[in-house]
Amino acid sequence: MITPSLVFYYLAAALVIAGGLGVVFTRNIVYAAFALLASLLGVAGVFLLMFAEFLALVQVLIYGGAVVIVVLFSLMLTRIQDFENLTDHRQWPLAAVISIGVFVLLTASVVTTGVRTTTERNSVDFATLGESLFTDWAVPFEVASLVLLVALIGSIVLVRTVGGRD
Amino acid sequence: MIELAHLQILAAALFSIGLYGVLARRSAVLILMSIELMLNAVNINLIGFAAFVDFGEAQRALGQVLVIFVITIAAAELALAIAIILRLYRNRSSVNVDGLDTLKW
Repeated sequence: MITPSLVFYYLAAALVIAGGLGVVFTRNIVYAAFALLASLLGVAGVFLLMFAEFLALVQVLIYGGAVVIVVLFSLMLTRIQDFENLTDHRQWPLAAVISIGVFVLLTASVVTTGVRTTTERNSVDFATLGESLFTDWAVPFEVASLVLLVALIGSIVLVRTVGGRD
Repeated sequence: MIELAHLQILAAALFSIGLYGVLARRSAVLILMSIELMLNAVNINLIGFAAFVDFGEAQRALGQVLVIFVITIAAAELALAIAIILRLYRNRSSVNVDGLDTLKW
């Protein structure tokens, strides 16, 4: 049965897949970054269709805002014309066979495994999500903040130039 | 009607595309972007299960909480990987991962 939500789902899924293929197959690295942006926004659309509004918001903010900008910065700080002759690995047929095999395996396991599902999508409201995050998952939440701090300091230390040399 | 299998197959396809990118590309930045695609495939799967699987009300928020943690770790990983790539570029003037065989025995 074709419902409007299914139509929107297929649109979002097409955006996700097309963006992903664009990242993997394009020759121009800047196009690849924008294809990544399209794919991640498609994922945000899928989140919206699953009534995960907060996560769709986070996805647009963090991936659309931060990650793609950081990737573009890294493209500009490394030599961009180098990517023109950085084509695919010569073992790409092997990589294609492996990834198609993984896809077939995952799809077969999805089709043959029956999970007890509900027919309707169930939503989680902001209050329940926040309560769960700050009661049941409070310790992992704090650990995640520590991980972010360590990653921040670590990346600063890694790219720091000491005493003006290199 | 959207079903759980739709999301699972979409996630499988996105994961395979990302896997191909990791295996076939030679630029470190592109490998990083492909890893982001794979992490997003995992997030799609988690959200699908959170929305459709017959859990109680208390467990239902767990899927979204896990996605928040995955996004956090992905951001931290990206920051560190970009720093490593910049360092690499400064030392070797290239981001070709095929050239990084100094540790090969």
